[in-house]
Amino acid sequence: MDTHAHDRRRFLALGAALAATPLLSACGTGFGGGDGKSDGSAADDVTGSFDWKREKGTTVKALLNKHPYTDALIADLKSFTERTGIEVEYDVFPEDNYFDKLTVDLSSGRASYDVFMLGAYMVWQYGPPGWLEDLGPWMRNSSATAAEWDQADFFPNLLQADQWSLKAGAPLGQGGQYALPWGWETNVVAYNTDVFEKLGLRPAETFDELRDIAGTIKRKAPGAGFDGMYGIAVRGSRSWATIHPGFMTMYARNGLKDFTVEGGKLTPAMNSPEAVAFTRDWAAMVKQGGPPSWTSYTWYQCSSDLGAKKAGMLFDADTAAYFQAVEGAGPASGKIAFHPGPKGPDGSLATNMWIWSLGMNARSRKKSAAWLFLQWATGKEHLRKGAIRHHHIDPVRRSIADDPAYKDKMRHLPGFLDTFETVVDQTKIQFTPQEQFFDATTSWAAALQEIYGGENAESVLNGLAGDLAGKVG
Amino acid sequence: MGWRPALRPYLLIVPALLLTCGILYPFGLGLYYTLFDFSASKPQPDLVRLENYTTVFTQGAFWNSAWVTVLYAVGAAAAETVLGVSVALLLHRSSLVGRVLEKILILPLMIAPVIAAIIWKLMLQPSVGVVNHLLRPVGLGGVQWTDTPAGALLSSIAVDVWVYTPFVAILALAGLRSLPTSPFEAAAVDGAGRWYTFRRLTLPMLWPYVLVAVIFRFMDSLKVFDIIYALTEGGPGDSTVVLQIRAYLEAIRFQRYSFGISYTIVLWAVVYLAAMVLVKHLGKIQRKAAEVK
Repeated sequence: MDTHAHDRRRFLALGAALAATPLLSACGTGFGGGDGKSDGSAADDVTGSFDWKREKGTTVKALLNKHPYTDALIADLKSFTERTGIEVEYDVFPEDNYFDKLTVDLSSGRASYDVFMLGAYMVWQYGPPGWLEDLGPWMRNSSATAAEWDQADFFPNLLQADQWSLKAGAPLGQGGQYALPWGWETNVVAYNTDVFEKLGLRPAETFDELRDIAGTIKRKAPGAGFDGMYGIAVRGSRSWATIHPGFMTMYARNGLKDFTVEGGKLTPAMNSPEAVAFTRDWAAMVKQGGPPSWTSYTWYQCSSDLGAKKAGMLFDADTAAYFQAVEGAGPASGKIAFHPGPKGPDGSLATNMWIWSLGMNARSRKKSAAWLFLQWATGKEHLRKGAIRHHHIDPVRRSIADDPAYKDKMRHLPGFLDTFETVVDQTKIQFTPQEQFFDATTSWAAALQEIYGGENAESVLNGLAGDLAGKVG
Repeated sequence: MGWRPALRPYLLIVPALLLTCGILYPFGLGLYYTLFDFSASKPQPDLVRLENYTTVFTQGAFWNSAWVTVLYAVGAAAAETVLGVSVALLLHRSSLVGRVLEKILILPLMIAPVIAAIIWKLMLQPSVGVVNHLLRPVGLGGVQWTDTPAGALLSSIAVDVWVYTPFVAILALAGLRSLPTSPFEAAAVDGAGRWYTFRRLTLPMLWPYVLVAVIFRFMDSLKVFDIIYALTEGGPGDSTVVLQIRAYLEAIRFQRYSFGISYTIVLWAVVYLAAMVLVKHLGKIQRKAAEVK
């Protein structure tokens, strides 16, 4: 009996030791994936004359977000395969889940996807851990890059937006090229021409006018035959995406900053007296003329409300209005016009941008083929086709923006081309690049919701700034 | 005794042992990670020992989330218990209608909570949602259900109640059907009234079943993520950021892995302690119920 008990104890001890082994080994092996970095770029391995067929027979895996730009890409994939002999497998996820999927996949250290869509802000999050391939060496290698790719044809501010030194607060346009601009959006005001005509309104030239017009539409439009129409659609969900379109654009036009940078140290500036006043006014505008249930509003709702004649104006990406303005899109199509939006007190039309970019996984084992794909997808031929035959608008290349066929296609949208040309050179990323961008802007959106709910703007923004100071400083 | 019969007991515990390892390994690893400053920007982290926990406990955000989590769990579990038991009592009285309704009652349980939240998000939409449309005749057609902190929390609890009340009702109904009939017959002979019979017989004997339901629902509500995230994303402001959402944001969105896991470990400790208290209480209730029987 004793022996038996002894055996049982020994067995249990052995079992416990076996159970603990993986844990102990995990302690020793460190954290997820190892660094896997090498000093040299894989681009250096590509030599000889450039050849589109050099990776024939390879399959590249792409992770894509559900978007009209993606539809244009998928519709043209056959021409890429014909040109290169490379097959492309892809997964498409809706935007709500897309970045979580991408983040988890990249942080796992796997190379499930060789290429993917990302925004320039994501470079600030994915760049420092070394998840993104620096495309600079690929671009500079004439054996790897076709002459017709023509880097100089990109709008310079777009190419620079994906370039960063990985140092918090350092300006964009220096350091590695961590993604390539593929499609972009400038944030402007789109409005329903019918309601403006009927109420005798003109697009706002100042922020005060914009607030007045938003309130006027909400009060008067329902009585003028626009049932349930409110003034202005802007995003309001508790997400970073609420801050970057209309809000950040108007914030920047008022000469306001998210952070100040001194000696590489970031100090939150969203609680400066001017920033507090502006934020209070923005929340008041939403309260007076914004959508019901604003705190859940994403760009989907904003865009569809403009299209459904529920919103008199939209201050968001020009593409969000474009998709509603095109023929057959919805009740408001043909009745949507574009305007650069209110100027700042000094006449500023500084505009925040969003870039859909394409990046390469630093752990990809098919970098040469992935680079050919990136070249093709950001090349003149595909992008021209996407802009003219599909809805891949807001060209990242000047040659396409100047193309008569593109201009002919866009000309029927009132104010679109004028607006685009007015703001294109003043559109850039207005945020300070830093790794905690998503935390800062999500908390900023939460603060905006609290102010909208009636909390004191100054104390909310002081709290936000105090919170962020410890994280980004 | 041969070696095979002697080995049999050990072989029989192998599945349980493997299962235990499968549970303990990730748990232990998670616990281990919380001792480091591990984030996307620090793939080779420093050992910080308990600093993550001290940071968690000194943050106002944690206490806000803890408060919201408790409010949510208590509110949802209480409402589901009261409603679930009430529904069970009603169904138990009418056997034919009860059997038909039982089938319908189980429908919300077949819907994924995140889908239920999305359905309710559409129904609660102020201008086009069906809820305000139905309330319009009584002058309540303009309610902004999720735009205020209280409204967002109550709406989230309401969705939880909609999904899980049937679970409590079914457990309570099963309990009611398994109660012995003799105490009730004796009470009837003695001329006991309905309220007296319910208070002194039905409820004490039913309590063990109800408490099992309460334990499940309270534990689950403390761990809620899907319903709130789909309905409010934690807003407005931080008003519905429960601990699970905070942990998700920290670990996945903001990629501060160690810090995010620290939140989940704290939540685990809270759930574990609450479960221990409730299970201990369940034992006492079961003994009392046995005495009534």
